[in-house]
Amino acid sequence: MPETVSQTMIELDQVTKVFAGTTDPAVDALSLAVPRGELVVLVGPSGCGKTTTLKMINRIVEPTSGTITIDGQDQRTRPGYALRRDIGYVIQQIGLFPHKTIERNIATVPRLLGWDTHAITARVDELLALMDLDPAMRSRYPAELSGGQRQRVGVARALAADPPVMLMDEPYGAVDPLVRARLQDQLLELQADLAKTIVFVTHDIDEAIKLGDRIAILNVGGLLEQYDTPAEILRAPANDFVASFLGGERSLKRLSLIAARDAELVRGPVVPADASVDEAKRVGAAEGVDWVGVLDGARLRGWMWLNELDPAKAVGDSPTRDFRVWIQADTSLRGAVDAIVNTRNQVAVVYDGDHYQGMLFIESVSREILG
Amino acid sequence: MSGAAVVVAGLGQPAWSSVPGGVVAQAQRPLFEWDWVVRNGGRIWDATLEHLYLTGMAVGIGLAASLLLAVVALRYRRLYAPIIAVGGLLYTLPSLALFALLLPLVGISVTNAVIALTTYTILILVRNIVTGIDGVPAEVVEAAQGMGYQRRRLFLEIELPLALPVIIAGLRIASVTVIGLVTVTALLGLGGLGSFILTGFRVLPPFPTQIVVGTVLSVALAVLVDLLLLALEKALTPWSRRKATV
Ligand SMILES: Nc1ncnc2c1ncn2[C@@H]1O[C@H](COP(=O)(O)OP(=O)(O)OP(=O)(O)O)[C@@H](O)[C@H]1O
Ligand SMILES: [Mg+2]
Repeated sequence: MPETVSQTMIELDQVTKVFAGTTDPAVDALSLAVPRGELVVLVGPSGCGKTTTLKMINRIVEPTSGTITIDGQDQRTRPGYALRRDIGYVIQQIGLFPHKTIERNIATVPRLLGWDTHAITARVDELLALMDLDPAMRSRYPAELSGGQRQRVGVARALAADPPVMLMDEPYGAVDPLVRARLQDQLLELQADLAKTIVFVTHDIDEAIKLGDRIAILNVGGLLEQYDTPAEILRAPANDFVASFLGGERSLKRLSLIAARDAELVRGPVVPADASVDEAKRVGAAEGVDWVGVLDGARLRGWMWLNELDPAKAVGDSPTRDFRVWIQADTSLRGAVDAIVNTRNQVAVVYDGDHYQGMLFIESVSREILG
Repeated sequence: MSGAAVVVAGLGQPAWSSVPGGVVAQAQRPLFEWDWVVRNGGRIWDATLEHLYLTGMAVGIGLAASLLLAVVALRYRRLYAPIIAVGGLLYTLPSLALFALLLPLVGISVTNAVIALTTYTILILVRNIVTGIDGVPAEVVEAAQGMGYQRRRLFLEIELPLALPVIIAGLRIASVTVIGLVTVTALLGLGGLGSFILTGFRVLPPFPTQIVVGTVLSVALAVLVDLLLLALEKALTPWSRRKATV
């Protein structure tokens, strides 16, 4: 399949690493193809060889045997330092240079590559904006930043020379869950624009599911247990190890991969504001409910009990009650269920921007879970 | 004691200490004579400069040699222990013995003094340079490597600056040690503030003013150099001065 090959950006072929002084391989005959423009997550228990695998890709660690090709070229054909300048690398502990300003930190690789100062300054501006960092930060030192800001500077530094390949080793390991979620969202947005080939390491299966186009689940000794899309891995774990690594709530985790707009939405018992009371009652009866929603064009104004309608007026002339749960169409079903259950409701109103999309009933979520 | 003083008075006593007014005949001199200090201001200044010069030479050469040795020790770890062992041996040699050992090689000269003084800086400086570089966080070095730094640039741009506080701490100890030791080089007749202390003891009756001047100035010099190096460290490491403000 030649076209598949050209779509592969990083290819590990039977890569093994046995560290000097040890007998068991840290990584054992690992073969893995990372498609161009995809974000592949390596996940697995501590010591299973995730970091070692990343470091072999940029040759900080030399494989004992096997080959690694990047964009079709054996990575050993170039000197290690030159190769690394073309690969963005975010290490687990961030590793900013404490004695250099944020500007200097971000400019590291462009300076090594010998860019001229104007180009570097412009690039730093661009990256600060991209990573949502205050331009006033350029002259600060890393110790003067918060953990989340430092993480973003670490990512900005890795992106600086616009490398086609990024290696990220637990980049969000050190920040609190709230900041972590925001950084994850930011990475997904960036990735939607930049389409880098990213190998991302984490311990956290939820992070893997949220970020990965594909997930490689590794076992101790660098054994690849399963390599597939998150949905497929959740649907059909290859073996007990994978199943136990995925942990409980597998169905709920799958829900986090499905956007509300892709679930079964119903138009629901809604009528335009100028509808008559008779029409409203007919719609309510057809849906088997004793209430109707009132639409103003594309906007859902609210709802009212059928028996409160004044037969002398149009539906839109009576006061409405507010729906309790409103979600955007790109909210995951997991988020939708959370919102619905938390408000002791049965239904969420789904919007796309300010356009009413339909109603999501808790029963259709149950049907999604059952596949 | 006071009787003997009269007898030996004038033996090897330099002319400038025979103060007019018959002080020589006195059994004991007062603890401090300002007018001596005032009259010998030029000499005191010269001796201070000599002292600083010897210290600067010794610490400067010591730093260069130690950097070289530290680079070797960092590159070939097996050599670190032997280098430190030799440095330690030199450090424990009595300075007078070392001056004497060097006599057949370089005679009584500034070279002799500088070589001897330099050896006292090696242990402290090599140890602090290596400790300082080892103390650079591993993740910072790994990040630099991962960005594509080559070995030498990584050392000069990343490791050395980050090790500066520890290296300068070593320089401070080395300088203070050497300033103390330079007083001993007066025995070789090479000047420095020690010559006042030496003369102060040699003359009879002893001349406390000279001893006090030599001692106080040498201590003051040590404190001053220490503070200057501290200021240098602050100036060279702006990143450690500005702590987290967010
Ligand atoms: N330089 C080294 N020398 C010897 N053994 C090593 C070295 N680096 C890693 N190892 C071993 O290789 C194995 C894999 O280590 P690695 O750091 O790749 O694990 P990891 O999956 O990244 O773990 P974690 O999730 O804890 O970061 C471990 O058993 C580790 O002890
Ligand atoms: Mg790791």
